[in-house]
Amino acid sequence: MIPGIPADKPQDRIISVRNLKYTYEGGVEALRCINLDVRQGESLAIVGGNGSGKTTLAKNFNGLLRPTSGSVTVAGRPAAAQTVAELAKVVGYAFQNPDHQLFCSSVEEEIRFGPRNLGYPDDEVASKAEHAMDIMDLQRLRSRPPLSLRLGDRRRISIASVIAMDPRVLILDEPTTGLDASETKALMSIIQKLNDAGRTIILITHDMRIVSEYSDRVVVMAEGIVLLDSDVSGAFSDLALLRRGNLEPPPVTQLAHRLSGLGVPRDVISPQELVLRLSMLRGGDG
Amino acid sequence: MKALSVREVTFRHEGSETFSLDRASLDVEKGEFVTILGANGSGKSTLCMLCNGLIPHAISGELSGSVEVFGRDTKTLTVSELATKVGIVFQEPESQLFCMSVEEEVAFGPENLAIPREEIRERVDWALDLVGMQGFGERSPFSLSGGQKQRVAIAAALSMRPEMLVLDEPAYALDPVGRVGLYSVLRDLKEKLGMTVLLAERDPEEAIAFTDRMVLMKDGRIVDSGPPRNMLRNPAMLESVGVPPPQLSELASLLSARFPKAGFDFITVEEAEQAITKSVLQQGKGGRT
Repeated sequence: MIPGIPADKPQDRIISVRNLKYTYEGGVEALRCINLDVRQGESLAIVGGNGSGKTTLAKNFNGLLRPTSGSVTVAGRPAAAQTVAELAKVVGYAFQNPDHQLFCSSVEEEIRFGPRNLGYPDDEVASKAEHAMDIMDLQRLRSRPPLSLRLGDRRRISIASVIAMDPRVLILDEPTTGLDASETKALMSIIQKLNDAGRTIILITHDMRIVSEYSDRVVVMAEGIVLLDSDVSGAFSDLALLRRGNLEPPPVTQLAHRLSGLGVPRDVISPQELVLRLSMLRGGDG
Repeated sequence: MKALSVREVTFRHEGSETFSLDRASLDVEKGEFVTILGANGSGKSTLCMLCNGLIPHAISGELSGSVEVFGRDTKTLTVSELATKVGIVFQEPESQLFCMSVEEEVAFGPENLAIPREEIRERVDWALDLVGMQGFGERSPFSLSGGQKQRVAIAAALSMRPEMLVLDEPAYALDPVGRVGLYSVLRDLKEKLGMTVLLAERDPEEAIAFTDRMVLMKDGRIVDSGPPRNMLRNPAMLESVGVPPPQLSELASLLSARFPKAGFDFITVEEAEQAITKSVLQQGKGGRT
């Protein structure tokens, strides 16, 4: 599939956005004509500074916000014709601040809440919750009160409570904010597995290092428009554009740009890749 | 006289089962910029709160060992004495801001010290100028972006003219633009004011350029300390305390393993560019085919 170009087959598109505008009450124009397709099974990053419109866009994917004008199609049907509950079965949304989502007295109750609310029978609620707790490594915390736990745990609970509704698309809004290195790694490797198993992942972030390591495709937003829609290495080859989106590429990519005169490609995103490129240049003798 | 001298401090928060600090010792010299690195729960925040006397004056628990700032034990200093010695800035600027205007916010501290009006005026202008927020005096702090709020919080700490500034993950809630602005203020604190600074961070990347010394913490203990160049040479050590090694130190250690003769020891993009260009050019002159 070629990034940046709408997928050939409409059935590959899980979410389609056409001429989407969104204006908040009070007149703030958060989205100004967005066109975008999300493909089934991809790992997409939406990046941009605060106020760029990335969260507003994602909230339009699952009916948390409804377009001021333009259309959103989810799983082949217009989102406007679907209830929030119907949309929740397709597109799950894990908020940036997990505490906005947590209110039950135990982890288990918290995770059962979503599927129960969607009207699944008890045995199915139980099996979906068990599955979500297995995936998010929460079995040992199942009877603990969520708000007494550490931030990394609370974040996994909030994601598990979304996974329990078994959505085909999982939107994660800044999932690594506040996590340290090992918590970040643990969480992102779980998310990677979810994607490998076929779930579509939409990661909202401004951490370009996370994007370079975990996403296939990146949409850069600034001031309510899509500045760039490209595969990850393509996004990293245009420094000026990233900076227009108030984003700073990872240091290794900045270095690759400075070394481009030696024949190093500009889209290098990992130290390993740069070493490989330099080995090729040097003839690799050490 | 040392700016800060922490001696064998052990601390357990009231009601907590675990110790936040476990026989931690740390000295900070006057004018030194020290960055404390550690994972969540390593004890960084507790150490910060000891420096300005929040522990034990406002936060109780079981404390042993001693903490001296500029030669005085924090237990014997009053809160207002401490406030003129050590300023503190927290993760979330909202937790520190409460006035109707930026100006009032920054004037609040010195007003409480009964400083003459004219001098308060000067201090407010000076502090706002230093953090790049001149012209925002009349604005409500709550109308500002996260990065601007955090810079106002720094100005409010600076207007007390403290001898030392402690910042606990000040970029925690900021987006990339906010971070750039914040770290350029921190760089100015070092380069223009020569201020004594203790900065707590989870990620070393942005503070490398202006840090004199990096201190690694894990499980309430200080496990290593040294100039950034030495500390970053060992990505495995950083990883073992839950701190992400900067990409460039990962690169330097991979390159050194791959090309043992060349020797790569860089910590900034500029240094890396020079070292790699030189090594590739030398290779060219060597005439290999």
